[in-house]
Amino acid sequence: MLLPTIPAALPRLIAHLPMAPVSYALSVGLNRIAWRGLQALDWTPMHGRSFAIRILDLGVSAGFRVGPSGFSAAKVADAAVTFSASAEDFVRLALRLEDPDTLFFNRRLLIEGDTDLGLAAKNLLDGVELETLTAQMPMPVGMALNLLRQRLTLQ
Amino acid sequence: MSDTQPLLELICPAGSLPALKAAVDHGADGVYLGLKDNTNARNFAGLNFDDKSLAEGIRYAQARGRKVLMALNTYPQPQTLKRWHAAVDKAAELGVNAIILADPGLMAYARKVHPELRLHLSVQGSATSYEAIHFYRERFGIQRAVLPRVLSLAQVENVIRNTPVEIELFGFGGLCVMVEGRCLLSSYACGDSPNTFGACSPGHAVRWQQTPQGMETRLNGILIDRYADHEKAGYPTLCKGRFAVQGETYYALEEPTSLNSMEMLPEMLKIGIAAIKIEGRQRSPAYVAQVTQVWRAAIDAVKRNVDAFQIQPHWTAQLTKVSEGSMHTLGAYNRPWK
Repeated sequence: MLLPTIPAALPRLIAHLPMAPVSYALSVGLNRIAWRGLQALDWTPMHGRSFAIRILDLGVSAGFRVGPSGFSAAKVADAAVTFSASAEDFVRLALRLEDPDTLFFNRRLLIEGDTDLGLAAKNLLDGVELETLTAQMPMPVGMALNLLRQRLTLQ
Repeated sequence: MSDTQPLLELICPAGSLPALKAAVDHGADGVYLGLKDNTNARNFAGLNFDDKSLAEGIRYAQARGRKVLMALNTYPQPQTLKRWHAAVDKAAELGVNAIILADPGLMAYARKVHPELRLHLSVQGSATSYEAIHFYRERFGIQRAVLPRVLSLAQVENVIRNTPVEIELFGFGGLCVMVEGRCLLSSYACGDSPNTFGACSPGHAVRWQQTPQGMETRLNGILIDRYADHEKAGYPTLCKGRFAVQGETYYALEEPTSLNSMEMLPEMLKIGIAAIKIEGRQRSPAYVAQVTQVWRAAIDAVKRNVDAFQIQPHWTAQLTKVSEGSMHTLGAYNRPWK
């Protein structure tokens, strides 16, 4: 087991909560942690388009878009493309431990909406070297992610 | 076959700089890559190399004694021919170890303008006989041919016996409908094919949707498959769709499955296969790392002691996990009938 077990009642409880604060928290978190290492990428084709992620086992959805100055919250319903997976699989994808096609073949990742936009975002992020990205994160976060990656690699 | 030919070089896919480094770091002898346009058959949004990442990738690989092969394996169209010529010029200028071509016109250009540049015949060239390979060697001086995945290993051996050109075989990865360089199924559905646009089932034509009946895959609006919740999925290509034929719905062309020729490695070594190619430039660095590591171990094992070669269960488990539909096959390599 890689991440703590999620209590069965939690997704049902969360489903009743508004998702706007989650989207806001996600975009603030991404800006604080990752934007410095991502801002040099060519995000132009993605400006004005919004993305959503659905964390299936948590029952959480979050929407965001990318602009010249970083991520901002967006309505999940407005998303041009939506990625759905479990919390653990999102973590494994983010840490480059899993390939999205592998998860898709195994029905652990669903991409709905504008496939080309989803592919463009995935390939843009794949082009970033993970070590470069974590080196530009606030130090405790970067170190923690590197440590987590090492531990998950060994499992 | 000359004595100086390579034997079972491991050639791995690189759709990005991190994927290239993953391949090199996990033991690839060479990587193959393409530019960010339709000069190669993996022209997907955001994938592939720009000038900066290409220069860095070549530097990284060659500094470690590994080869970089550039795929320029689509068929140029008259209006945009200059783009392909410019790509050949760039490959020569940056010092890639070879370019992989399918179009004879482009081979003629490369031969004339950059006679020192090594040429490989792409699988998209669809050469299945030594006579066809002779033609490309005599006219354009190709030094390696990647064979289409339609020959049995006995037929591959016959090709090798009759040509001095190095032979590269696909070892692992996505299988297509076996008419490489000639397939128009994607064009039929959405107007774009790998041969000219550089992508089969390009992202703009693909839609997935979860419905009460299951996950639906549509290609330009055409329903090509519907997966129940427990079913493994495949790529959204027409050849791997399920169709209603005379009242029965099934995989009418081929199943979504990956090629895995690992159990034939001893024979491949004995008959003198120069290189094994791993499919998957569209996939992420994690896949490249996982598959390269397994194949490096297998090739080292077979070269160490061909008669004692045994596939390790964890190699198979790893390859099954990353396979399309979580299944793999020997494809045409193992075909008892002739």
